[in-house]
Amino acid sequence: MNELNNCENCPVHNINNLVKLGINMDKFDYVVALAGNPNTGKSTIFNNLTGLRQHTGNWPGKTVARAEGGFSYANKNFKIVDLPGTYSLLSTSTDEDIARNFILFGKPDVTVIVVDSTRLERNLNLVLQILEITDRAVLVLNLMDELKRNKMEIDVRALSKELGIPVIPTEARQKKGMDEVLRYIDEVANGSFVCAPRRIKSISSKVDFAINDLTIKLQEQFPKLPNKRWVAMRLLEGDQSMIDAVNSGEIGNLEITSNVMERSLQ
Amino acid sequence: MKENEILINRANELRWELGETLHDSLLESIYKDAAEISKKTVKSFGDKESYAFDIKLDKILTSKLYGFPIMFILLAFVFWITIVGANVPSAFIASILLDTVHPWLKSLSYSIGLPFFIDGVLLDGAYLSMAWVIAVMLPPMAIFFPMYTLLEDFGYLPRVSFNMDSLFRKAGAHGKQALTMAMGFGCNAAGVVAARVIDSPRERLLAIITNNFSLCNGRWPTQILIASIFIGSLAPPYLAGLASAAAVVSVALLGIILSLVVSYSLSKTALKGEASAYSLELPPYRPPRIMQTLYTSLIDRTIFVLWRAIVFAVPAGIVIWLVANITIEGSSLAQIFIEWSNPFGLLIGLNGVILLAYIIAIPANEIVIPTVLMLTVLSAGLTGVGEGSGVIFELSSIQDTAIILHAGGWTALTGICLMLFSLLHNPCSTTIYTIYKETRSIKWTVFSTVMPLIMGIVVCFFVAQIWHIIS
Repeated sequence: MNELNNCENCPVHNINNLVKLGINMDKFDYVVALAGNPNTGKSTIFNNLTGLRQHTGNWPGKTVARAEGGFSYANKNFKIVDLPGTYSLLSTSTDEDIARNFILFGKPDVTVIVVDSTRLERNLNLVLQILEITDRAVLVLNLMDELKRNKMEIDVRALSKELGIPVIPTEARQKKGMDEVLRYIDEVANGSFVCAPRRIKSISSKVDFAINDLTIKLQEQFPKLPNKRWVAMRLLEGDQSMIDAVNSGEIGNLEITSNVMERSLQ
Repeated sequence: MKENEILINRANELRWELGETLHDSLLESIYKDAAEISKKTVKSFGDKESYAFDIKLDKILTSKLYGFPIMFILLAFVFWITIVGANVPSAFIASILLDTVHPWLKSLSYSIGLPFFIDGVLLDGAYLSMAWVIAVMLPPMAIFFPMYTLLEDFGYLPRVSFNMDSLFRKAGAHGKQALTMAMGFGCNAAGVVAARVIDSPRERLLAIITNNFSLCNGRWPTQILIASIFIGSLAPPYLAGLASAAAVVSVALLGIILSLVVSYSLSKTALKGEASAYSLELPPYRPPRIMQTLYTSLIDRTIFVLWRAIVFAVPAGIVIWLVANITIEGSSLAQIFIEWSNPFGLLIGLNGVILLAYIIAIPANEIVIPTVLMLTVLSAGLTGVGEGSGVIFELSSIQDTAIILHAGGWTALTGICLMLFSLLHNPCSTTIYTIYKETRSIKWTVFSTVMPLIMGIVVCFFVAQIWHIIS
């Protein structure tokens, strides 16, 4: 009994520390992005944290644009952005553009990747791509109840080790695991948890050379640009929107690159 | 700027050297990594029983044989419950807001000596139209939306989309149009916005233009009420509810068929092109969270829609009162218009009253029926019903409404044509504005507005002529 009480009283474990701010977020300390495959429960988690009621529904592709909200935890204000669900960041559809550009240029302090734990392998494709463009991420293994129902189990510790980021099992529909999610969002945001994200293993030395070559040139040209390695890869793939952004110099200026984001919304 | 070009040139050079395979090999290595990690961390115990239930259910719900019949039966069931369940609470709310509160407000205004036109505009115009909208819309919405949301939460909507997919593809449209169509059954403006999930501009435009063929919640009450009065009464009493539900489902189905036909015609003419492929994931079935669904559907949908209806009903109520009370040479503006447009209305199975109601109700489909009733009393010169000239009143039961409409010269043909016209007319002003915002094209906005209206006039005309020949 005593132990249980201690646990509940411990500040980091206490979900009562959460203040749902709805859309009131004039001042915020950190920006959190919510990404993941369609229909994994991003909007449910968004609602749990912000107290907003983004419509949730059991079908993929329900969130078509970004939704923003706020919450306060451990005396800090967080702005949280619910991104449209995507299977990958490599193609060029509108929803994937919104998600990719926000993680790339919106520079969130933490990217929370929500995955369907019953379909881990396919969800990991997106996780690995996101880890390629950001250093600060938290993995939420959602729908754990369904995993149990399907007689499966995930080794959470091993997964966290493999990916180099915190992994939290949740049942968002039942609001289970939210306190842990909050704790790790906070720890990654304030830097007390340092991620060592897994990078895609190099494909061949030739490709590696090309990526490095371009990354160095990007570094010279746009010292402030985050995720140069990713931009280099996109250039090597001939992504026209990325080529245009480099050509016009837009990519060097983060304030202007937010236009890329607005444009892709239309 | 020059240096940027050098950088791009270097990238192109390297890309040339690497060949076209980078994208594939990158994907390949991602997939390999993902497989490796999942193999290390995921354990499956028990035999491969996982999803057995989902698979079995999907075999039935998306089967070629049973998929569509089950869809229609579910839809009909939802409407039947709505129609049967809404009547009693509707009468109850009406008796409070109209039989109790309205007379009380009137006597209050009389005792403080409000001038006649202020009393008329506020109490007989604004208040009564608002009260009517609440009485008529709240009960069906409070029944219909939770049931719809439960189906959504359970995971049925993507199955509908799956069933409809091949039909939409044959019509040259995107399979996801089935989803935006389903959204349109709630609200067309929301359905138009949802079309953003479709990437190809051509297919998106198709989805936007045809969304109006999904009966929105502003039109369900009209359908349900008119079906109860004119279709239900054709059947023996114990089948009345069922017959009305079947009529409403038929109109909804007609909407789906027309949205396919219009998509097909457009994709063969003005919007030529092939349907693009996409993958639709069928999510697992999830036990619906009953309490939460009730709560969110009540807040998100019911209250939201109701509020919108009230916001539009109040000014419309004022307009109705004014056109009914401002007179030129002894007849009111409303009477002048109704008499002038009546011959044309009758030609398409409707009447001048309905035409005027649809003009006043452009901001919101929800207020069509109250407007129709008020104008009918006015033009038929009925006395002893309601509150007199230019007053929207509530009739505490469907039978009373039926009496008014029959007195106004309505027949079963009027009812059928009104149901068809309610499906086929211009979108509400919110939807029109949303279409413009989403397409940024005046041409397509005008097209989306006028095309269904012309279709409605043509369809009603033929139905009326055939009806006259037969009877």
